[in-house]
Amino acid sequence: MLEAGLTPAMRVLADLLESRTGQKLSEARRWRIETSLKPVLKAHRLSSLDSLAAAIIADAGGALAQAAVDALLNNETCFFRDAQLFRMVADDLFPALMAADGRGRRERTLHLWCAGCSTGQEAYSLAMLFRTHQDRWPDWRLRITATDISAEAIGRARQGLFSQNEVQRGLPINELLRWFEPSGDQWRIDPSLREMIDFRAANLFDERPPAHPYAAVFCRNVLLYFSGERKSRLLDILSRALDSGGYLLLGAGETVIGQRSQFVASHQFRGVYERIGAPLFDPVI
Amino acid sequence: MQNGTREANMKNCLVVDDSKVIRKVARHILESLNIRVSEACDGRDALNQCQNAEHDVVLLDWNMPVMSGMEFLQQLSSINVARPKVIFCTTENGLGHIRAALDAGADEYVMKPFDRDILESKLQQVGVI
Repeated sequence: MLEAGLTPAMRVLADLLESRTGQKLSEARRWRIETSLKPVLKAHRLSSLDSLAAAIIADAGGALAQAAVDALLNNETCFFRDAQLFRMVADDLFPALMAADGRGRRERTLHLWCAGCSTGQEAYSLAMLFRTHQDRWPDWRLRITATDISAEAIGRARQGLFSQNEVQRGLPINELLRWFEPSGDQWRIDPSLREMIDFRAANLFDERPPAHPYAAVFCRNVLLYFSGERKSRLLDILSRALDSGGYLLLGAGETVIGQRSQFVASHQFRGVYERIGAPLFDPVI
Repeated sequence: MQNGTREANMKNCLVVDDSKVIRKVARHILESLNIRVSEACDGRDALNQCQNAEHDVVLLDWNMPVMSGMEFLQQLSSINVARPKVIFCTTENGLGHIRAALDAGADEYVMKPFDRDILESKLQQVGVI
């Protein structure tokens, strides 16, 4: 029996999304399924979701399926999303991570992971923030690993080219002047920020997290797309990627409460979770 | 009573643009953000309104008849009123114009076309919302 509100074609697409990414096509996202897939329909000269579903089933190579998945993923993001959080990161979190015993002290490099980075605005915001306050930590470097399941989003992030609309959302005009140059009708980010970030297309549910124990993982507005069991698995993966005493930053309204015991709410930083217990980091060989 | 308190706490924005359509779109967005809106069709009109009423923020076009946005900004400091935040909102999108506006005292800069997200973001950055 069909799930309420889903046509057979939508069911095919919802199953495809879930099998490739683990994400549920929630009720809230169903209303815009047709809008999201319009560019794919147009590019492949298909007239309806029914014909798209049929073509995906018949497409042995899977390129069409991947295009549909990319289109269904919500790549909504902006620079300095939740400005208050970024102020806390600059004023409190970065200094605390640098002061923490035994973490990054030898090499004086902070390692962060942006998990589910979309087109890169969060990672670039962190890089800008770090560099803006570099005089407060002159001996330190920042390295960010930024991953997203969408190869298309990662491709855009790597390019570091943003539309006029994108650079006006969350980014103060002085930051635009400082870190961007016009490039045609787009804006190109300073290559020195780009060099601080390793963008990779990767599934969060890969057996091992990307190399390095991280001082902090930013996984904001990602958990909300997963059901309970998947959420728990993802939190396990994130906890393995973190240093003991490292921090997990989630989106507003997301929580680890009731999911896993390897995190506790930080007493120091509101809305941030601290990884407790011995390190579980399993390095990639 | 509660409505009265809410009204009293509303921020005031003066939208300065010679295009009636732009003023209408801006008003629609700003009112949806619970901001009280008044309108001026050029810099002179805007200066007069600033002398007669206090505004928290001015959304300011660059090219207008009678008095441009830049002339308005230069003369704003000479009138004896609490200085509103000034957000340029213009099709002049080159680096030279942006730098000139900031040098003249603008607090933020919107490159047209704009939408609700952009205006909301810029109003947050100048501390109006």
